[in-house]
Amino acid sequence: MASKKRIQQAIAFGLFRFVSLSVVGILFAILFFIMIRGIGVINWTFISAMPEDGMTAGGILPAIVGTLCLMFGSMLFAFPVGVMSAIYINEYMKDSKLKRFVSMMTDNLAGVPSIVFGLFGMALFVNKLGFGDSIIAGSLTLGILSLPVIIRTTEEALKTVDDSLRIGSYALGASKLQTIRRVVLPIAFPNIMTGLILSMSRVSGETAPILFTVAAYFLPKLPTSWHDQVMALPYHLYVLTTSGTNMEAARPMAYGTAFVLIVIVLLFNLLANLLRRYFGKKVKMN
Amino acid sequence: MFKAQSIDLNLHYGEYHALKDIQFATEKNTVTALIGPSGCGKSTFLRCFNRMNDLIDNVKIEGQVLLDGEEIYQKGTPVDELRKRVGMVFQKPNPFPKSIFENVAYGLRVNGINDKSLIEHVVETTLKQVVLWDEVKDNLKKSAMALSGGQQQRLCIARALAVEPALVLMDEPTSALDPLSTAKVEELIYQLKEQYTILIVTHNMQQAGRVSDKTAFFYLGELVEFDDTKTIFTNPKHTRTQNYITGRFG
Repeated sequence: MASKKRIQQAIAFGLFRFVSLSVVGILFAILFFIMIRGIGVINWTFISAMPEDGMTAGGILPAIVGTLCLMFGSMLFAFPVGVMSAIYINEYMKDSKLKRFVSMMTDNLAGVPSIVFGLFGMALFVNKLGFGDSIIAGSLTLGILSLPVIIRTTEEALKTVDDSLRIGSYALGASKLQTIRRVVLPIAFPNIMTGLILSMSRVSGETAPILFTVAAYFLPKLPTSWHDQVMALPYHLYVLTTSGTNMEAARPMAYGTAFVLIVIVLLFNLLANLLRRYFGKKVKMN
Repeated sequence: MFKAQSIDLNLHYGEYHALKDIQFATEKNTVTALIGPSGCGKSTFLRCFNRMNDLIDNVKIEGQVLLDGEEIYQKGTPVDELRKRVGMVFQKPNPFPKSIFENVAYGLRVNGINDKSLIEHVVETTLKQVVLWDEVKDNLKKSAMALSGGQQQRLCIARALAVEPALVLMDEPTSALDPLSTAKVEELIYQLKEQYTILIVTHNMQQAGRVSDKTAFFYLGELVEFDDTKTIFTNPKHTRTQNYITGRFG
């Protein structure tokens, strides 16, 4: 009887172990696959030059710059709006129907397909507000897309702050705003930053929202203002694989582009991790 | 004039009648212990004096609460001003994850005081008041989280005293501390009454006996008996009080 139990347990945990390790395996398989095929074209020219010869040669600099512009541009909008909303929801709103409604709608916003954000961005920012296809239109669209994630992660970060600290602060005559600024936010800051950086890395890979709002098929120059169109890595990848003039010749360039995109995402995730550790320590020390 | 006083104070949490017609008054420079079994309303009563109950939904308060003869539940009373005048120390030490110095300076800073030398002076004197100065004077920049529980609680007392409150509320301030730290905090409370007026909630009868001048016994939301601590502990008028302090219930 006892041995049967033990065998069952061994099988169950063996299975769990296999499944959880295979998740890691999938990530490594993707990285390996992309690296093997992409590494060949990676050199200084590839990341520092304009594309040439129908995008089969040269580099992808404008797409790298475009993606970085969109990452930072979207956060310029999404970070303050998201953090302020989260502060309002978590610190000011009493538990009420309205609060539950706002929470539910935030989650629903996260569920909207990204292509719909693209369409919405085109209708509102490109056409209605007259920004045209531009970094600003693309950034705003991507910003809206990342709002729910930023709001959620900020809310979670605020919830980790012990209530006894808020109450201690009120008891000393601090107002709610002072309490949030001086006690709550410094403690929640590392986790809020982590959420921010993770949203940025997610934004870097989004294709559908930029399709109708900013992305250029081929534009071998760097942007000079918010109103310029840019190339972007995920869209460039799409173009190279599906609609280039010479798709066979462009294949290595596509893998190289994918490799650069993945490296950017991984770098940002690593940065998020380091920041959290660094500030986590600092908060404990101070 | 009484330092802290309540007249016909009634408090409801929704339907629940938590405090019933409380008449209470305490003089300047005294320590008053609030005792009674869990749920008797003593902590709720304590929190009426700095309007901490305001933070809870569905609280209804009737009657009067006076600080230095001034009604504190009047419309338009600035609550943060009031809380500056009424310091509070909590059950569990709750220092901010900031430096020792910044913890004590916090109350001054949020009340608009930025004078560096003044803040330094206040930090030093209040840390001396709570007998923590010698232990931390070389480490003022160190995190308050690195202090022991007893030191943290004395730091929290210093933090409350830094804004020179007229009244100090203590909600079971030693219940999370070891006996040695408890003794230090009690000694401190005893000394502090020279300058402050203190209300202390405690479950520890010996503590009430040791530190307080007056004792108020609460039971089921009523103030059953309120008298000199000596009288309460040697010759209580009500059998309920006697049963409680002798440990027959509660």
